[in-house]
Parts: sequence; C-alpha cells; structure tokens
Amino acid sequence: MTVSTTPYRSGLRAGRDGFPQLLRAEWTKFRTVRGWVVGTWVAGLVMVLVGVLAASAFHNYGCLAPPGQACPSVPLGPGGEAVDDHFYFVHQTLDGDGSVTVRVTLLTGLITYPSYAPNDIVSGLVPWAKAGVIIKETTRQGSPYAAVMVTGSHGVRMQYNYVHDSAGGQGGISSASPRWLRLSRSGDSLTGYESADGTHWTRTGTAYLAGLPATVQAGLFVASPAYVEQSPGIGGGEQQHLTQATAHFDHLSLQGTAGAWTGDNIGGVPGGPALGQGGFEHSGGTFVVSGTGDIAPLVAGERRLEDTLLGTFAGLIVVIVVGTIFITAEYRRSMIRTTLAASPRRGRVLVAKAIVIGSVTFVAGLAAAAVAVSLGGWILRANGNYIYPVTSLTEFRVVAGSGALLAVVAILAVAMGALFRRSAGAVTTLIALVIVPYVLAIASPLPEAVSEWLLRLTPAAAFAIQQSLPWYPQVSSAYDTLFNGYYPMAPWAGFAVLCTYAAVSLGLAVFVLQRRDA
Amino acid sequence: MNQAVHAEWTKLRTVPETGWLLLALIALTVALSTTAAAAVTCSSSACGLDPARISLSGIDLGQATVVILAVLALSGEYSTSMIRITLAATPRRITVPAAKAAVLTGVVLGAGTIAVLASVLAGQLILPGHGFTAAHGHRPLTLADASMLRAAGGSVLYLALIALLSLGAAAAVRDSAVAIGVVLGLLYVFPVIAQVVTDPTWRQHLQQFAPMTAGLAIQATTGLDRLPISPWRGLGVLAAWTAAALVAGGMILQLRDA
Repeated sequence: MTVSTTPYRSGLRAGRDGFPQLLRAEWTKFRTVRGWVVGTWVAGLVMVLVGVLAASAFHNYGCLAPPGQACPSVPLGPGGEAVDDHFYFVHQTLDGDGSVTVRVTLLTGLITYPSYAPNDIVSGLVPWAKAGVIIKETTRQGSPYAAVMVTGSHGVRMQYNYVHDSAGGQGGISSASPRWLRLSRSGDSLTGYESADGTHWTRTGTAYLAGLPATVQAGLFVASPAYVEQSPGIGGGEQQHLTQATAHFDHLSLQGTAGAWTGDNIGGVPGGPALGQGGFEHSGGTFVVSGTGDIAPLVAGERRLEDTLLGTFAGLIVVIVVGTIFITAEYRRSMIRTTLAASPRRGRVLVAKAIVIGSVTFVAGLAAAAVAVSLGGWILRANGNYIYPVTSLTEFRVVAGSGALLAVVAILAVAMGALFRRSAGAVTTLIALVIVPYVLAIASPLPEAVSEWLLRLTPAAAFAIQQSLPWYPQVSSAYDTLFNGYYPMAPWAGFAVLCTYAAVSLGLAVFVLQRRDA
Repeated sequence: MNQAVHAEWTKLRTVPETGWLLLALIALTVALSTTAAAAVTCSSSACGLDPARISLSGIDLGQATVVILAVLALSGEYSTSMIRITLAATPRRITVPAAKAAVLTGVVLGAGTIAVLASVLAGQLILPGHGFTAAHGHRPLTLADASMLRAAGGSVLYLALIALLSLGAAAAVRDSAVAIGVVLGLLYVFPVIAQVVTDPTWRQHLQQFAPMTAGLAIQATTGLDRLPISPWRGLGVLAAWTAAALVAGGMILQLRDA
C-alpha cells in the first residue's frame, strides 16, 4: 500500500504589501478596538448634546409685540439676508428719472442712559448715525434702495441694498462747513454726489438696482443705531441703548416731480418709547428730521446657525484623546514594532493612520454637525428664536467645515502622538493649542485684542469655519466681537491655519519616526 | 501611612515631569495674569472690572498643568505597570490614593502659593497705572485687604481641589489621555456654554453647577451681590465635585484588578 502525500500548499494568493493593504490594516486596528469606536461615537454625541443643551438655553423674550400677537417678522433684503430697515423717511413719489439734492447743515444726537450717565439722556452721536437722501422702491421694509448720507464719524457714504457701502469725503459737518448731497436716478443706475458748496460736485458712488420700478419713493432720511456697550468679563453680555439723531436740511429740491412731503417712521413700533418715534418739521425751506434705527444688514442679537454647533469644541476634546491614543497605544503595547516590521516604509504607516482616523472622524463629525444643526435649529425656533437665514452654500460650508475641523484635529493628534509617543504629553499639548485658546477667547476676562491674536495664531483659528454671517465694516464696530460670533480671520483662512499646523506636525512626525528607534 | 506618603513623595520628586509641570504652572499663571492686567484699562469703578479677578486670571490656564500633574501621578503608574508593585507593597489599597493625595496637595499648595503671590504682585505693579486707583473708587490691591486675601488664598485652595479632582478621575479611568480629556472637558465646557446662552436663569444655573465657574467665584472682590454663587459656597461646589471624584475613584481602585 503506497501512500502518496502532497505537501500542503495554501490556496490563498500571497498577500500584497501596497498602500491599500496598509490602510486596511489600520482600519482593522481602529474598528476592532472597542474604546476607539466608542470614543468616536462619544465625540459625536457630546457635540450634539452640548449643542442641544445650548440651544435649549436660548429663549427669546425680546419682542416688543403686545401680548397675544405674533412678533413682527424680520425683513429680508434683496440678497435674502436679514436686514435692519428702520428709519425716519420724509418722502414723495418720484416717477421715472430724476434727482434729489439737499444741503445738510447740522447732525446731532441723543443717547439714552449710557453706563457713564445711567440716569440721563445725554447728547452724543453714534459713529454710524446716518442722515441724507435716499431713493427706495417702496416704504416696505427690506425693499431695494440707494442712499448717499453724512454719518456720525465715518464721513460721507454711499450705500445701497443694505450690504454695499463705499466711502466718500471724510470729516463731520456743522453749520460752518455744511455738506451738499445729491442722488440721481437714470434707469436702473443711481449715482450719489457730494459737494462742499453746491456747485463743485464729486461722485461718491454708483448703485445698479436691477428691476427698480419706474415709480419709487425719494426724499430725506435719518437713522441712528443703538449705542452698544460691551460688559467685560465672564458672563458679560452687551447692553444696547436707544439713540436718536436729528439733522437739519435745507435747499431741498426734487427734480422730476413736485408734491407734498410725507413723513413715515419706517419699521417703527407703535407704542414704543417716544424718543424712538422720530418726526420732521418743515418751515421756511428748512427740514428738521429726527430718526432712530438703521438701514443695514442685521448682524447681532438674534441666533446664528453655528449656535447649535457650540458642542464642537467639546467633541474636539474627545477626538484629541482618541486620535492620540490611536498611535500612542501602539507604543504602550509595543505593537509599533510589529507594525513597522510589517511595513518598513515608516512614513506610509503614519500617513495610513492619518487617513483612517481623519476619514472616520470626518464622517462622525459631519453626521454630528448635521444632527446638531437640524435638532438645535428646531429647538431654537420652538423657543421663539429667530435664526439668521443663510444660503445653502454657507450652511454646507458650516456643517461640512465642522466635520473637517474635527478630522484635521484628529490628524494633528496622530502626528503629536507619534512625536511624543506618550499620550499625556500629546493630549496636553493639543488641548493647550486647540481648546484652551478658544476657551480663553470666548469665556475669560482677557481683553479682546489678546483674544483675537489667540484666534489668529493657534489652530483654534479654524473655528472661523463655523462663522455663518459675513462681517460688514459699515455696521457699528461694537458688533464686531467674538461674543457675537465674529472671528478675526475669514472662514477658510482660519481653517488653513489649522491645516498648516497639521501638515507641519505630520511632516515632522514622519521625519522623526524614520530617524528614531521605535 | 507615613511610609506610603514617603514613597509617594520619592516617586513624585524623582520624576522629571514634576519639576517642569510645577514650573509651567507658575510661568503660565503669571504670564496670563500679567497679560490680562497689562491689557485692561478702567477709568471709573463703574467699568465693572474686578481687579482681583484680573490679576488672578492666569489660574484659568495654570489649572491645566495641575490637572496633568495629578493625572500623571496615578496614570503614569498604570502605563509602566508600576502600579502592581505599588499595590503589592501596600495591600491596603486605599492607602495609595490617600498618600498620593496628601503629597499632591502639599506640592500644589506650595507651587500655587508662589504662582498666586507673583500674580498678585504683578497686578499691584501694573493695575494702578491702568486706572485701578483709590481715586477711581477701587480698593487697594494688597493682601491686607480681607477680600483680596480671600481671593488669593482661595485661588491656591482652588488649585489643590483641582489636583484632587484630577486624581480621582485618573483612579476611575486609568488611562492618562482619557483622564486629562475628561477633567479638562469638565472644567472648560461649562464656562463656554454659560458664556453664550442668553437665558439668565440657565446661565446662572450653569455657573452655579460647573466646577470651574463656581470655584473661581472665590476670586471675586467686587459686585458680590451680582455673582451667580457666593465665593465660599462656590468653592464648596468644587469641593463636592472633588469629593465625588475621589470617592468614585477610590471605590473603583479597591474593586478592580490593577
């Protein structure tokens, strides 16, 4: 009896050691360690929970509507943005082309109960008090307009459709140095002019209001935005004080039509404070017009889309811990030796780890941000809050940007973990770089200037990716604060700061990993 | 117990990180306090700024190094398996965290006192030049002032309580990265939420409940009636958090395999 034996030969093909296999190895490591998977879920959950908790804590009591009546809706400008459109308007109908010309001889103002005189109405002009000539489609709030005006301390300006602003001559006005203003319409084009003497005119700016109807309202306007004071320190909010501006106009001429002048407090609340009602007097060719409010994009006071994403930084703490341990655990368990023996090209190991943790974190962060935005938005609206409308593109940038923020921080964490090899040092450095600057900037008694530099120089600059509203220089500078969600850098520029940190750290980690014994 | 304390003191003393972390505690605290003091101006007492709070604001940052020091004192033993030798040498396990707590408290009180005194000194030198003078209705910034002494001494106690809180958390979760993440998250998440919410009731509850905002109420010397929680009760809230963390950590250490 003969026994023939054939040597065992595996039916499997020899394994390959390409980059896809490396990715698969790292993915297998990630998904089979329970703590890391749970940690990623926790990061997302914390992000949603903190967002929901913050959203539940916003209640809106600020509406001045009488009990039982709905709050007035916030007007939207021609570009779809929320706008403030509240001013005193002395107007008449203008048919077809024509122009309004006027001389402004005086602009004064009142501020109610500021902190330096808490019991008085004091005289004072806010920087963006405005008085001048305006051509507006209708008296409806939010309708298209163009205006040329003198301001409290920003010289002559030409503004149109709420978000557009161009500067003219500088300097304030007085009866000794009055200012002539002219706004002329020719089709869809409106041009603003200014002059010191009424004979030599310079162009301030031109606006193209596409689709402006033939019949519009033209005349004088006065507006004066609230005087804003920032309370310093933890728990500090901002206080707004009602103001009023009064302008003296003469030599008013409206070319193209002639009728009686009507005064309207556009956007005024009936039954509000007397100072906020505005009004005008006309005697002997002089118009004295008083008004309150502003014609500008609405930038503060209501809720923003990113208020629901407040949990991002809490989720980031978890992401930092998971991302760091993803590599330091290899050192702690000496697994790194096996890993590097299996893949002698060391740099690729780190890149594979970065890709795996980055992708997983991005998916988790994106999902968490989407849930937080929709759930938080629903809670905010249910509590009577108004959320500023933004374009779908901006909403996509905020939500996807939050996921990317988490992902890049996870990659930074892998790089730091590889550099330090021990989790304590790496986690500490990361929290000091990413979380502490954000916390110090938002919730500490540090002055605004220091806070802004923190959010320019550290990876925390990337939180700017969540800013949904653009910053407008022509709106009172007190709005331009971290408290109101305005970061010192543009969204993508801030995100680029974080990416630079991550790229440099990862490069350094690859270099060190290749030079050093594991 | 004496031997256990001596052993823990030797461990803490001979680890190079301890010296660096204590140095970082002092340097970061003083640096941030000085920056904050140099950047504020106040022309009248109505500006709403508390000079004591400003000159001690470095504690906001310095506490992070205390967290790391305390967590590493215990987690470091787990990552090197030293904990098995420690527990073999001290079979009554609860003695180990107690001895660590005693040593840590002493070290943090010492370094914290230096950091706080230097910050107060910096405030004394800088703030009067920025409008915080008696002429503007501010109280002198000396430690002879009872409320200033409470703010300074309370800040040192705050740091010690943070160290014990971190030790309890480290005993509960063992891993240093997780413990640091948990404690720093607990400290820093609530102030940010409290800062942005507009609802005054929610804000007040958050500030009364959160360990950092409640504990740092001890630094207030002006506007005590407007505080969300009174200074000593605030420190009591932090002490309650610390006690809870220590009890939980101690129990887990007793019941679990090392």
